[in-house]
Amino acid sequence: MNVLYFAWVRERIGLPREEVETGAATVAELVTELRAREERYDLAFSDLSALRVAVDQQLTDFDASLEGAREVAFFPPMTGG
Amino acid sequence: MRICVQAEPFDLGAESAAFAAGRKDMGAIVTFTGVVRDLADDPLEVMEIEHYPGMTEKALEQIAADAITRFSLGDALVIHRYGPLKPGEMIMMVATAAPHRKDAFDGAEFLMDYLKSRAPFWKREVTRGGADWVDAKDADEDALTRW
Repeated sequence: MNVLYFAWVRERIGLPREEVETGAATVAELVTELRAREERYDLAFSDLSALRVAVDQQLTDFDASLEGAREVAFFPPMTGG
Repeated sequence: MRICVQAEPFDLGAESAAFAAGRKDMGAIVTFTGVVRDLADDPLEVMEIEHYPGMTEKALEQIAADAITRFSLGDALVIHRYGPLKPGEMIMMVATAAPHRKDAFDGAEFLMDYLKSRAPFWKREVTRGGADWVDAKDADEDALTRW
């Protein structure tokens, strides 16, 4: 699974993208796995209400299934315009 | 519909003229342009805009397609820049064409409201005092409820 991070999530985790071996069925399970890795992940994901997630470049929520997904991105609420 | 996500500056006059040209059935053209605003108490050195290549274009296409359907627009244009921008530089523009004024204005507002909160861009303000990611405003999210 290709996992991408943007804005302060990227800064906290310290990299823009990585390949993750995972059997997670949902985004929430993937988050649990990532948080267990290292403190920087735990901190970045400590408040999910401050985060948004996209699966295969479509905005979704943390309950979303990862079945067939190739790319998951985590980022703060967007500030375009 | 045309969507451009680019680092380079754009020419507002040329883009507006090209968008408006040759539309005999569209009585109303609205354009909106966003400009990097300086900060009152801590002068802005640069505004950095990060985005999610691939998703950004898809999200903007979806938002523009929704605006076209919803307001019966004849056409829509979105240009949004990324990378480092100085105060006074243009960040983005939208343009809408419709037979009548209200749909053109509403279509442009809808585009702006949605692209602020649903297109994957993030702003970071760099001042002499440091750098901070711009927080999303509740008001921007609330603005979507009116549509």
